[in-house]
Amino acid sequence: MSAVDVRNVSKRYGATTALDRVSLAFPNGSFFALLGPSGSGKTTLLRALAGFVEPDEGMILIDDQDVARIPSFRRNIGMVFQNYALFPHMSVFDNVAFGLTVRRMPRADVRQRVGEILELVRLDGLDQRKPRQLSGGQQQRVALARALVTEPRVLLLDEPLGALDKKLRQDMQGELKRIQRTVGITTIFVTHDQEEALTLSDRIAIIDEGRLIQVGEPGDVYDRPHTRFAASFLGDANFLSGPVRDSGIMVDRVGHIATTSPLPAGDATIAVRPERIRLVACDAATQDNRIEGRVAERVFSGASLTYTVHTDAGPLRVLRQNADGDVIDIGERVALVWLADHSVVVEN
Amino acid sequence: MRIESRRRWAIAWLTGPAYLWLAVTIFLPLSAMLYFSFQKKGPFGRHASEFSLKHYEAFFTKGYLQDLMWRSLEMGFHVTLLCILIGFPAAYWLARRIRGRWREALFLLIVLPFWSNALVRIFSWTIVLRPDGVLDRAVHLVIPGLPTIDLTDSYAAIIIGLVHSYLPYMILTCFLSLQAIDESLLEAARSLGARSWTILARIILPLAVPGLAAGSILIFVPVIGSFFEPRLLGGPKGTVIGTVIEEQFTVVSNWPLGGALSFILLAIVLLILAAASPVLKKHMSTT
Ligand SMILES: Nc1ncnc2c1ncn2[C@@H]1O[C@H](COP(=O)(O)OP(=O)(O)OP(=O)(O)O)[C@@H](O)[C@H]1O
Ligand SMILES: [Mg+2]
Repeated sequence: MSAVDVRNVSKRYGATTALDRVSLAFPNGSFFALLGPSGSGKTTLLRALAGFVEPDEGMILIDDQDVARIPSFRRNIGMVFQNYALFPHMSVFDNVAFGLTVRRMPRADVRQRVGEILELVRLDGLDQRKPRQLSGGQQQRVALARALVTEPRVLLLDEPLGALDKKLRQDMQGELKRIQRTVGITTIFVTHDQEEALTLSDRIAIIDEGRLIQVGEPGDVYDRPHTRFAASFLGDANFLSGPVRDSGIMVDRVGHIATTSPLPAGDATIAVRPERIRLVACDAATQDNRIEGRVAERVFSGASLTYTVHTDAGPLRVLRQNADGDVIDIGERVALVWLADHSVVVEN
Repeated sequence: MRIESRRRWAIAWLTGPAYLWLAVTIFLPLSAMLYFSFQKKGPFGRHASEFSLKHYEAFFTKGYLQDLMWRSLEMGFHVTLLCILIGFPAAYWLARRIRGRWREALFLLIVLPFWSNALVRIFSWTIVLRPDGVLDRAVHLVIPGLPTIDLTDSYAAIIIGLVHSYLPYMILTCFLSLQAIDESLLEAARSLGARSWTILARIILPLAVPGLAAGSILIFVPVIGSFFEPRLLGGPKGTVIGTVIEEQFTVVSNWPLGGALSFILLAIVLLILAAASPVLKKHMSTT
């Protein structure tokens, strides 16, 4: 069952189309990432779910109920804003209690609920502070607690970790995941950080220019990107193009590149992930796809090295684990080898 | 230590001129007035300077002065309250509902009164409010059977004139406060289940307190000392502490009494501000 169902939703702002016939089902209890570049319409979709934006077309269902006529304050959604949007004149306690006092919950119950939720986000003891007396990570937790305290149907997060530094970000990712598991709430979160989307979510939707590009489990989307955009936005990819010939393509000056994915008629583009390519000596024998080239660049990034190899098909990137510490020198001739399974046919 | 003392010098050099300016323009005239208020007689004629408290005593012994002071405070209170009641919704509407060019045009309309001479403005009101004046005719156009509306020389006329003159201050200060409220705060409140009234009462109003306070002070202080609006619009009924003070300087040449009453007025203003400051501090510190 879907907690939230978006059907054919479009939204235009003058000449820009922020959402273009988007259809998406958010399964109950899922941790769903909306991934896309800046201006792709992620926030607009989230705001449409929250009721701050009215779609021009289409329908939004929450628990199988059309919410077009339900105003934000009755949608029972929790939202965490990119800038947190904490009420500056209220203490942490009052911020978190807001949703409960608005619902006229008795005082004693409010105190207990707020206490519980502050404990869940590990903020107990700070309840009398004002938002500006908190660090970025703490403010983030308050915003999360405030959104969760009313036990909403859906939790919406708009780049919740965008304003945090890398270390804190990783800590909060763990926290977010833990809290989401504990509460079991359907969570939709917007990010343009692909790593965050991969580590946190159990489902990913890739959006570009208001259109839904691909939806699926992180591993599936990563391994089987449908389009060139999806392949390069979620992870890195090398692309090879050419006319289709016996379960593969003929690449100019390189030869036949095999794939196991179904091919269209005419021309096709194949994507290969840099970490799926092995670098071997030129004389090594292989049945797999193979292109020779010369190492032109080497970028060291700690746990791994990225080589740029100039081949007849253009420069290709290869990622190699820094396992034994041996490196290939620049200028050396190498062969790039990968399985036909790892040649993914993508739409341009 | 050396850096510390150098810094102090730098601060003294940089802020010194400003303080000097303040001293010359505000402090000197004020202290001259303070000096006169403790003199037995004014600076005219030939008599030796003589210390006296009698002008301060006058305020506490003469009941009518206290009545007039009270009247002025009441007037200040009424004008400020009306300015809040009209100015806050107007500012809210401007800050939250109107966008782009319309806002600029409306702003121009709001500050327009600032560009006209205050006296001209008040005289215009006498024309509007007198019997068979603009207001009278307009009302009779709508409801013909009504008796003549004559607001000449009335308290209502004073209040109308003063509210009209000072309303822009309230609109502008409230506008600045309201403008600064992040839209996402209101959306957050709405997503948490708050309706418009709750959002107004619990988010917008508390965050607009600095603007309301600044506007109130900017209005209340000059209104309780005002004199020509009450005199022109209130006529014989327009006597307030401001007109009395002004007469001491321009008509009866009793500078010491005028000075003493001014300082009592100032003291009352400071007392009111001191009483209000804990409330204000609580709100100001958060924004
Ligand atoms: N209120 C608005 N008025 C006009 N255009 C808007 C409005 N809101 C969004 N847009 C436009 O709609 C498009 C999508 O915007 P949106 O904010 O949804 O992007 P986003 O994916 O959240 O981007 P980012 O990652 O930068 O936050 C953009 O081109 C934006 O300029
Ligand atoms: Mg956004």
